Order: sequence, then C-alpha cells, then structure tokens
Amino acid sequence: MPKQIPVPNELGKPFWDAAKQKKLVVQHCAACNTNHYPPKQRCDKCNSAAPLGWKEVKGRGHIMEYFVIRDTRIRRLMPDQPLNLAVITLDEDPGLNFLSNLPGTPAGQVPVGGAVEVLFEPVEGSDLLIPEWQVIK
Amino acid sequence: MTTRNTSWQRNRLGMGVWPHRGKVAIAGWGNSPIQRRWDGKSFDQTIGAYAMIAAQRALWDAGLKMDDVDGIMTSLDTRVGDTWAPRPFFAAPYDTEDGITQVSAEWLNKNMGFKNAKFLDSTAPQIGQMMCKAAQTVGDGLAKTLLCYYPMGNIEGRYEQGGQNATDFARGNSAFTSTWGYQGGAQMNALIIHEQYCRKYGKHHDMLGALALNNRRNGLMTPWGFYYNHEPYQITLNDYRNSRFVSEPLRVLDCDRPVCSVAAFIFTTDERAKTMRQKPVYILNHVQDWGRARSTMATLEENQLWCRELAQAMWEGSGLHPSDVDVFNPYDGYLTFTQQFLEGFQWHGVKEGEAMDFYQGDLRVEGPHPFLSSGGNNGTGRTRSALHSDSIEQLRGQAGKRQIQIRCEVALAGSNNPGASGFMMYSKYPN
Repeated sequence: MPKQIPVPNELGKPFWDAAKQKKLVVQHCAACNTNHYPPKQRCDKCNSAAPLGWKEVKGRGHIMEYFVIRDTRIRRLMPDQPLNLAVITLDEDPGLNFLSNLPGTPAGQVPVGGAVEVLFEPVEGSDLLIPEWQVIK
Repeated sequence: MTTRNTSWQRNRLGMGVWPHRGKVAIAGWGNSPIQRRWDGKSFDQTIGAYAMIAAQRALWDAGLKMDDVDGIMTSLDTRVGDTWAPRPFFAAPYDTEDGITQVSAEWLNKNMGFKNAKFLDSTAPQIGQMMCKAAQTVGDGLAKTLLCYYPMGNIEGRYEQGGQNATDFARGNSAFTSTWGYQGGAQMNALIIHEQYCRKYGKHHDMLGALALNNRRNGLMTPWGFYYNHEPYQITLNDYRNSRFVSEPLRVLDCDRPVCSVAAFIFTTDERAKTMRQKPVYILNHVQDWGRARSTMATLEENQLWCRELAQAMWEGSGLHPSDVDVFNPYDGYLTFTQQFLEGFQWHGVKEGEAMDFYQGDLRVEGPHPFLSSGGNNGTGRTRSALHSDSIEQLRGQAGKRQIQIRCEVALAGSNNPGASGFMMYSKYPN
C-alpha cells in the first residue's frame, strides 16, 4: 500500500534516520526524564534550555482506538480504501501515541485494546522505512 | 495600517473578571448571500463581493454610515482549502488571492472606500477567537466602532484534494501524521476521542442522528442559511443512518458543508451602542482554550480537562455560572466533538457522559432545552458565524421561528474544536 513519502525536517530527521535502521526512537528530556513524540523544539514539561536527545524504545504497544478511512483526501491512499487508522499507545510510556494503518488487519476488524508490535515497512519511491504496527496474535 | 495585538488573549485560569465586562457591545450584524461554491466567473458572488454586502448590511442594522467605522478586523482563515493559483487571476480587484480565497481588511477598506478606518487588522484567528479579539480591541480603546467580518469560502473541485494531498510527499511535521492518512484534528482526532467516549460511556455513534436532525430543523428556520435557500427539506433518521461514511463511523451528515458566506458584526462601546438602531447585545467575557495534546493525538481525558478549564475560565471572567446560560451555541463543525463543550460547560446540567442521552430528548427551540438554537454549521452550512448571529438575534428577540421560549438573557457561543477554540459570553444586560 503506497503511503506518502515522509520528507523529514531537521527536527524529525533523527526519527526517520533511526527508522531506516529499524529502530523506533522518541525524544527524551534528560532534565526531567520526559519522553516526547512527535518531536518538539524544547521540552514543554520543564522548558529546559538543554537540547532534547533521542532514545530507543522497545516497539510494543496497545491499540487505543481506531476508525476506518473511506474518503481520503490523499491521492496516494485512495486506491487502498477502506483502510484502518489506529492510535497506538507505547507500552513503555502510554502517554505517547503513534498512528498506524495496522497492516494485516482487515479494515473495521480492529481489536481495540489489543497488543501490537512495531515493524518497518518500505515506502514506494523512497529508501525510507515507515514504522507500522501489527497485531500480535 | 495593520497592527498586531497579542495582549487580547484570556487563555488561562486566574485572570479574574474581564475588565471590560459589559462595556463592549455588538450593535449590528449582517450576512451575505450564501452559495455552495464560487463558479470562477460570477464576480458578484466572490467572497470579496460577499464581504462588502455583509458589511453594508451590518452597518444598516446598526444604523451607521461607513464614515462611522474607525476600525476593520478580519481573519484570513477562510478554509477555502486551496489557493486560486496556479489558475490565472483576473482584472483588479481580483488580481491576487485577495477577494477570491481571502478578504483582507486592507482589501475591503480600499474597495469599499472607508474614509476613517485607521485600525486595520487581518491577523485575527478563526471566528471563535476573532470575535474575542474584536471585543478586546474595542475594550482596549484601539477602535471605537469596529467592523469585524468573517469570510468562509469554497471553490470548484473536491475539498482539499489539491496541494500536498495531491503529491507523493508528507513534508516536515506532517510526516508524523499524513503518512498514515491523518487529515486534521477536527475530523480525525475528534473522531478518535468520540470513539473513546462511546466506548467509555457505553454509547453509540449514531445517537448523533438526533442532533443532526435538530440542527437541520433550526437551519431551515434561518432565512440566510444554506439549506433554507438551496436544499429546503428536513432530513430523517433514516437519511442520517444511510448517509455515506467519510471516516467510519463519521457520516457525511455529521459534517458541515463548505460554502461561500460572509458574516459581519459591529463592535462598539456600551455607551455608543445605546445610541444606535438596535438594542445592544453586551459582552461579559471571552476566553480561548490553551490545551495541548501530549502526543500525536489528543485523548478523551485531555479534551475533557481542556473543556472543564475553558468553562472555569468563562465563569471566572464573567461572574456567571452554568445555570445562567440560556442560549448555548457551541461549535458543531463535526458533530463528534460538540458534546465536549456541552459537558464541559454543563449547560442545562449535562455532565460528562450524558450528552448523547441528552440529544435523544427535546432539543427543539420551542422546548425546555433549545440546544444549538442556531442550527450551527451542521444546519446552516459551514459559516461558523451562525453560532454568534443566532445568539445576538435570540437576545434581541429577533430570532423569528427559532426564538427560544425559555428565559433568554445570556448566550454563550464559540468555535472551533476543543484545543483550538474561543468562546464569548453575550448578555441582554451589561451587568
């Protein structure tokens, strides 16, 4: 399923570089031990001036909720509708959530609350890998 | 002269009573004709032309002349969803996006020929916050008689399928969202929260059908509205349940309809308003929410907290309580988030988890719980302004068939969705 190709900015580049290595990373504030995803310019919990770092996480999560896209505005996704859009909470820090189309799970048959693990999928037209999540059976 | 004023915001707790409480009023309002989309050739139907009509009607409503206006405010957030370019532009004054996909205060000032409008501000946010900024601007003395207008536009083609959506790329920060098909908080994040809500409280999405029907009913009693003029028929629950899915379970009848329409309002001081044609509608407070999601998607818990705090700020600044609010017009651009405001403000005692059941009761304007008497966007087209114009008409006793039958002294209106909203408290009396 061809997604749009991510074109990272400077802030997000470390995330996508790590994804190319099949690593899932999140930003981390060493001053107050808070994780951030998506990345921010500065920690909005402690407002520390120290630059935010990145740390690898395990890539296990649970499905918070989902819906089914049936009329997307994104041209690249149109042929593959209907498709799931799920929100995944990270087990290591459930306040962080990721988006997923849940490859392997038919549209509308999503087990809300179910466990998932990350995988890295190629995207047509790029050498980037996109973090996705699949249901652990 | 364009000025930028960031001190107008009331976006945190602990700010106390609004210093200009009861000292600012709305003295007039007017709406343009309304169309589904601009056809690209009728220059009497551009949003620029519509802005001029709305301004003239607002001035007439207030009994004012153009020379009475010393300030003009607007927002460039017209939600057209695309630029006119790269299509070729036209002869002046339609030789840029101005007048076609936006209508700046400078454009209106020049093309209508205001002589005394020295305060020009095209930087206001969307209308929910713009109305707040207008009130603060007059309260702070930056303008005495402020023309504040809000254009919303729609052009040919399917909505927002141009630009980045037509490309193969998700650039910058959208790489963390559009990559998986995410398109906007009001539709998609709000839907996730709605599903969390239904799961937590044991409700079903299609319970929104009752609200859709009531909004349409009220919209059909709004003479300037889209459905009154272009699709003058009521919908049924079967229509609602059979309406196609956009993002299942969100149905097309949960969504507002992009239209071309402009509403204009005259803000002035309480003393000046008393000399004008209409009974003043006073402003008691305004607030803007400050919620920020921790991660990619806001959650139900975050939304509920934001709405509780927004309401708390409104009571603090106005000196009023939930039981004082008679008319309540919270944003309904997608029906899936309206309940957050209803429950956050606890209008008519509706608490968290109770909204969907409330919708199944009597919401009619003639009844005891005339919720969204305006019909909102859902009932009048995506103008966002009906929330405010209905509030004004109700308090003046000029809402016609929509006039509520319960006490009608205080109105609360605002938009957009939680996390991006501004609300205004209107009153028949200054204190």
